[in-house]
Amino acid sequence: MIPVFLKDIIKRLEEGIYPYVIILAHMVSGTALVYTSPRSNLAFLVLITSFFTLYYFKTDRRFKLIVGVVLTLFIFPVVGVRNIFYLEVIFQISVFAALALGLNIVVGFAGLLDLGYVAFYAVGAYLWAFFGSQQYYVLHFAPGTQPSNLPFLLPGDAFYLFMFAAILIAALTGILLGTPVLRLRGDYLAIVTLGFGEVIRVLANNLDKPLNFTNGPQGITPIQRPTMPQSVVEGFNALFGRIVGHQVTPADMYNVMFYLLALAVIIVIAFVTRRLDDSKIGRAWTAIREDETAAIAMGIPLVRMKLAAFAVGASFAGVMGVLLAGSRTFISPESFSFMQSIGVLSMVILGGSGSIPGVILGAATVTILNLQVLQGLSLYLSQLRQSDAVIPIINFAWANLSTQLDPAKYQRLLFGLILILMMIFRPEGLIPSQRRKRELASDKDGDKE
Amino acid sequence: MALLETVNIIKRFGGLTAVNKVNFRLDTGRIVSIIGPNGAGKTTFFNTLTGIYQPDEGRINFNGRMLNGLRPDQIASRGISRTFQNIRLFANMSVIENILVGMHVHLKQTPIDTLFHLPNFKNEEKESELKAEELMTYVGLKGVGNELAKNLPYGGQRRLEIARALAADPLLLLLDEPAAGMNPQETEDVTRLFRRIRDEKGITILLIEHDMRVVMNISEHICVMDYGEKIAEGTPEEIRSDSRVIEAYLGRGAVAGQHEEKIA
Repeated sequence: MIPVFLKDIIKRLEEGIYPYVIILAHMVSGTALVYTSPRSNLAFLVLITSFFTLYYFKTDRRFKLIVGVVLTLFIFPVVGVRNIFYLEVIFQISVFAALALGLNIVVGFAGLLDLGYVAFYAVGAYLWAFFGSQQYYVLHFAPGTQPSNLPFLLPGDAFYLFMFAAILIAALTGILLGTPVLRLRGDYLAIVTLGFGEVIRVLANNLDKPLNFTNGPQGITPIQRPTMPQSVVEGFNALFGRIVGHQVTPADMYNVMFYLLALAVIIVIAFVTRRLDDSKIGRAWTAIREDETAAIAMGIPLVRMKLAAFAVGASFAGVMGVLLAGSRTFISPESFSFMQSIGVLSMVILGGSGSIPGVILGAATVTILNLQVLQGLSLYLSQLRQSDAVIPIINFAWANLSTQLDPAKYQRLLFGLILILMMIFRPEGLIPSQRRKRELASDKDGDKE
Repeated sequence: MALLETVNIIKRFGGLTAVNKVNFRLDTGRIVSIIGPNGAGKTTFFNTLTGIYQPDEGRINFNGRMLNGLRPDQIASRGISRTFQNIRLFANMSVIENILVGMHVHLKQTPIDTLFHLPNFKNEEKESELKAEELMTYVGLKGVGNELAKNLPYGGQRRLEIARALAADPLLLLLDEPAAGMNPQETEDVTRLFRRIRDEKGITILLIEHDMRVVMNISEHICVMDYGEKIAEGTPEEIRSDSRVIEAYLGRGAVAGQHEEKIA
């Protein structure tokens, strides 16, 4: 498919100091582009893809680490504060990457197709939404009838505590939902999890009576955030104020903070996933995925191991739910539709189920397609519509183009296309998962024979 | 001492009685075969022993305890390991990982050990890796530890299945048609391997096999099933000349003398 001379060039670029040069060049040019044209989607794409150049090329591990830290801890926040839309995109990528990594444990490792994963996300979100807002005092009021000036139940700083509580609560929910479900296999499991996902959403929608737990379809707001010390804002201003170009507000800093929190969660998830994968537990999960009958004959307790996968996956979604509630300060059942579950699933499949870098890449790709490419196209089309431009030959005026053809409305088409194309052309995903290569003594002996 | 004993076990599927009142006794340290025509209920009998099916009636005793009502994984952890008629490896895991899965019941690492790579975890992984390599050498799979199981040749996959079963340090090894699809040389090799497993590791072996060369060569005792029932039992010599066995294989009215050699 790729011409030979191109292959040669690529191969040469992977040796010596070239990788270092390419990575740095990519990162610097991306930063420069975004800096000079802070509204360009294209410039932003160049910057964000530098992360994957960093992943792709083999370099010294310390170099990778340092560049990674510089990118994620300095360049992304600063660029993001300059144009808050960028930060939103990066934040969403992080949130979805974390969710996809969680789902990856259930689908990628244990092979349990969970179509209701977003339920656990909802559990986390509503957990903090309830305790981090005035909802406790609204219990006896129908939605919309509560008096104003109700107090908050807990201080905003309890947020951090609830990030940990969510791990437990979501894991328990996972076990609770999983216990009746996990005896089923394959398609049956998928259907039942789909049902449970909807049950949680409908519960959130209807649990405004007899006691008003969730405020129904109107959702809960305002939800508190942890306090942001003035000194952090001032410090950021002093350090980066000149590069950012405007005074940084606490609101900006909140966005940065939630992005960093999401990043921290991703790192923890990736760490936990890797460690588990390469242990008794991870091997048992993979064995279950490969062949349940053989796995149980080897002494692997099926239901318990599946529940463990469900619980671990759920707990990650729970944490991200708390984070979402805090960052948005508003939660409604709409955020937890079936489409979200499918979206996360398509990220896992696109990236490569079972592969950590793959799943992160999948999350980034789908989110960027959604937030930037589709919306960029929409913007472009609407500009054309307002102009006098005409498509030559067929003499079609852009102004007559139906608004139904707004690309931003074609998110579902996009998910569908991704799933179909991946299944046909690359079922193992963009970055397929690989079994760890062990250094075995017998391998060396084997070569000699 | 009887390692395994079944008392009148019955397994029905709807109107079909696949295993009918089978009484079977297996002493420690022996190599015993179960033979019988296709559909005789041999594999169902295996599946009942390993807990994949629960017997409708009757009792199964293993190593002094009753197995009825236990799940397959619980039975496996009591010391029964098996291979499958149609190879069931974890195709997308490496050879060594397949064997490590076989050790599952013996690994004591906790999630905490695993997450923080505590000494417990590291030592156990190192030890089990070494043990897995030993097993690979033992069954004749040296130097392919990092290959995916699905990439092994057929004979290698059969051997890997045996290594995986051995990894659990079983008391009893159930082999379901282990020589199926093998050429004469390979068959001879695995037959020798089974004998070594019994002699060197002291593991009792119960096998289902159609290849009569294997059965007659290796078995100390043979049990014949037909239509779900045990129709005969005895040493290879006794089975060879048993008229009910010949009838089951060749049909009523067959002249015993003519067909003896075909069975043998």
